[in-house]
Amino acid sequence: MAFSNCGFEVGFDAGHLLHPGCVFPSDCCQGNSVERKIYIPLNKTAPCVRLLNATHQIGCQSSISGDTGVIHVVEKEEDLNWVLTDGPHPPYMILLDGSLFNRKVMLQLKGTSRVSGLAVAVAKPIPPQGFSPGLKCPNDGFGVYSKDYGPQFAHCNKTVWNPVGSGLSYEDFDFPIFLLEDANETQVIKQCYQDHNVPREGSVPEYPLCAMQLFSHMHAVTSTVTCMRRSSLQSTFSINPEVVCDPLLDYNVWSTLQPINSSGKVDPEKEVIIVATRIDSHSFFWNIAPGAESAVTSFVTHLAAAEALHKASDVHLLQRNIMFTFFQGETFDYIGSSRMVYDMEKDKFPLRLDNIHSFVELNQVALRNDSVLWMHTDPVSRMNKSVEARVRNLLDILSNSSVGANVTLQEVGYSQPLPPSSFQRFLRARHIPGVVLTDHRTAFQNRYYQSMYDTPENVQMQYPEGLSPEEMLEYVTDTAKSLAEVATVVARALYRLAGGANDTSAIQADPKTVSRMLYGFLIKMNNSWFQSIVKPDIKGILGDDVPQHYVAVSNPVNTTYLVQYVLANLTGTVVNLTKEECLNPEKTPSSEREMYDYAWVQGSLDPNSTSRVPYCVRSTVHLTKALSPAFELRQWGSTEYSTWTESRWKEIRARIFLVASKELEIITLVVGIVILVVSLLATYFINAKADILFSLPRDPGAVAY
Amino acid sequence: MTLAVFFGCTFIAFGPALGLFLFTIARDPLRIIILIAGAFFWLVSLLLSSLIWFIAVKASDPRDEALQKGLLIFGVMFSVLLQEAFRFLYYKLLRKAIEGLVALSEDGCSPISIQQMAYVAGVGFGLMSGAFSMINLLADSLGPGTVGIHGDSQLYFLTSAFMTMVLIFLHTFWGILFFHGCEHRRWWEIAAVVVMHLAVSGSTFWNPLYVGSLVPSYLLMAAAATWAYLLSGGSAQNLRRFLLCLRSGASPQPGS
Repeated sequence: MAFSNCGFEVGFDAGHLLHPGCVFPSDCCQGNSVERKIYIPLNKTAPCVRLLNATHQIGCQSSISGDTGVIHVVEKEEDLNWVLTDGPHPPYMILLDGSLFNRKVMLQLKGTSRVSGLAVAVAKPIPPQGFSPGLKCPNDGFGVYSKDYGPQFAHCNKTVWNPVGSGLSYEDFDFPIFLLEDANETQVIKQCYQDHNVPREGSVPEYPLCAMQLFSHMHAVTSTVTCMRRSSLQSTFSINPEVVCDPLLDYNVWSTLQPINSSGKVDPEKEVIIVATRIDSHSFFWNIAPGAESAVTSFVTHLAAAEALHKASDVHLLQRNIMFTFFQGETFDYIGSSRMVYDMEKDKFPLRLDNIHSFVELNQVALRNDSVLWMHTDPVSRMNKSVEARVRNLLDILSNSSVGANVTLQEVGYSQPLPPSSFQRFLRARHIPGVVLTDHRTAFQNRYYQSMYDTPENVQMQYPEGLSPEEMLEYVTDTAKSLAEVATVVARALYRLAGGANDTSAIQADPKTVSRMLYGFLIKMNNSWFQSIVKPDIKGILGDDVPQHYVAVSNPVNTTYLVQYVLANLTGTVVNLTKEECLNPEKTPSSEREMYDYAWVQGSLDPNSTSRVPYCVRSTVHLTKALSPAFELRQWGSTEYSTWTESRWKEIRARIFLVASKELEIITLVVGIVILVVSLLATYFINAKADILFSLPRDPGAVAY
Repeated sequence: MTLAVFFGCTFIAFGPALGLFLFTIARDPLRIIILIAGAFFWLVSLLLSSLIWFIAVKASDPRDEALQKGLLIFGVMFSVLLQEAFRFLYYKLLRKAIEGLVALSEDGCSPISIQQMAYVAGVGFGLMSGAFSMINLLADSLGPGTVGIHGDSQLYFLTSAFMTMVLIFLHTFWGILFFHGCEHRRWWEIAAVVVMHLAVSGSTFWNPLYVGSLVPSYLLMAAAATWAYLLSGGSAQNLRRFLLCLRSGASPQPGS
């Protein structure tokens, strides 16, 4: 039908399809022109998808052929009455202003059948009172506090960590909810609404009305137990298996200060200090997770501390080793850290729990009040004298390292439990002395925890106007300077903890590096520095969109790759190997490929040419799988390990169009039936009486009709 | 419930053609073959004309709106001429076929006359033309939306269906007229068919002013219908007898 699609319908309707407003043939072959007359697709949207855990399903669902509804724009609460009670053309598709996207409004909409879907426009400006669709008590039940361990601290009895949290992300909606990221598309929808749907002077708006259709049908239902059971049945018995859900999985990135044999086992007497941060975040909508304060600033600080430590001269002489660990999936009940603990217990990891001397974790560190950084510890394990002694030692070393820096470290004390952190999973297995560093004492300073508003503005990262992308990459923001100070303090403390005795003034985090990392992970991944440190074959992962840090189901995600390469660049060394030697290190006898990882990276562009100078980087960076042990053990209803899965879907899209009144449609049908019946009758009678109607002069060749 | 629009438009556009097919063509396999071959001839003519148009469009600047419109008008006119040329070719083919049928028959008479072939060929051309015009619209009418968000008329589907119906009828009558003209060497009848076809196609450039395209097309259809009826042996007298016969409900008389 390519010919007719392009407005070339010969015989009569060339004029039909060539309407003055029509776009002419150059792009005729994407979607036929009649479809373009009817629908306006909405391209820059993010859906809300269904996630499942052992017992519940959360998120949104649409019908299999999409949900349609008449558009109504809700900008203040009074507009909701039209949708809920007054409007004469239910169901309605609501275009909600971002400022009204709160629990009260959403629960009202959830309870009615007059709503067929929701499109949320990003609020500008960001709601100043805070917005967090996460839980008030994140990862409750999967940390260390339970009725058997510190029951007075369990379920946020003592401290509510995220008081702004509405828990919206964890509700189950039976209609689709989309985020409209582009203000221009929002304006198009509002214009269509103004032209057709606005009730004028109390009268009912007339057909045709502007409507929207959202497609986001999810295949998985009920819980992880159900969907994994169905998927495994399909995979076992079907030739063409229809898997309905996938576990959330990715890779943890880890690296050691002194190289260790990654496929062997570390000597039990060798002690290791673990430094940890999380690298993922989440929001109400799929793959929207800027995570500036909740994840990015912490792991950027961690990376800077790792780089600073490698500058110490006697790194290989230190008594204890240091392992820099970046956990993925921590937002979803500690996927990464629970898996690492499990691997350590089952001897599948080079280290064991016995090797761990202490644990330092960096949680949200960017929004410090008066430069204070708080040190949280676990009061329950500190009741043990030996643990208390070691924790005390740890706290003292940390405090001493902050002398002279613009960072004040203060202890939180025995009255507070640990905030949600990966350290809690390690504590579940062994009473390790550890500390969690944050910028908040009780509740989070971050009022946009796990939301789409946790952006660079939230961490006060500002660039002057008119800078080009390369200038922005090199510009050192105040946020970068402040995080560099934290990194310096942490690095010096780690040096002392590891037994280093020398002067620590050489251990300094570089604010320039911190700034470049912040730019790359928060604003634009496709910058010259990132391009120069990745492998040539995966440079395609550097997209031009705003970086998002959702753990996802296909892996590793861009964030994991980039953390790996940045860590390799900052802590590794350039070695003089050719490309073949670098890609096949086992052929070189002195490569010690058990201890090191070799990567052939692109290198930077020559200033006046278009070619790059690649080189080989040797580092101790490794990836280990971060899949919840519940899926390894096939205990899909587990309450001990994370069981989060993401549903699969076929298509996700949105479009707007006009709908005609039912009367016009029925008239069309009736006219059609009448014409059909009349023509059948007329033809029958004409055919039956043909000899009367057509009396031809007798002709030997003619035969009567 | 735009299933209603789908069925409504299908019945409007193809209802009469369905009647024609069921009662006059479906029983006779020879007529079915002629119908399908006629449809195929129309298809080939469309293929060739759209190839020319496609090349012309690709070779030209897509941003020049006036040029593109001019190319479209040229394309439409060229296609009309090509369709009529293929009608002529089909006439030639059917003439040859009659000779073959006469040779094969037992009593030296062809089982089908050239007038019947003309009628069936016209229906074939009309059906294929209608299909190409209407099918993609029908497919889009199944969705929940209707035309209009960019300002087009809401009656788009309805008027397209009516236009398709009139065009199927027109092709039928043009078939009868054209073959009659070729048979009796009356070139002015052939010229009239071509002019009528050009007029109907040209009138569609008036769209979305649907009065400008539908009204002339229906008037032309009435004129062509009368002319074809008269050429096929009809007369006002026959018509009166037919209507009286219907009213009295008498059984059909054998042909005289």
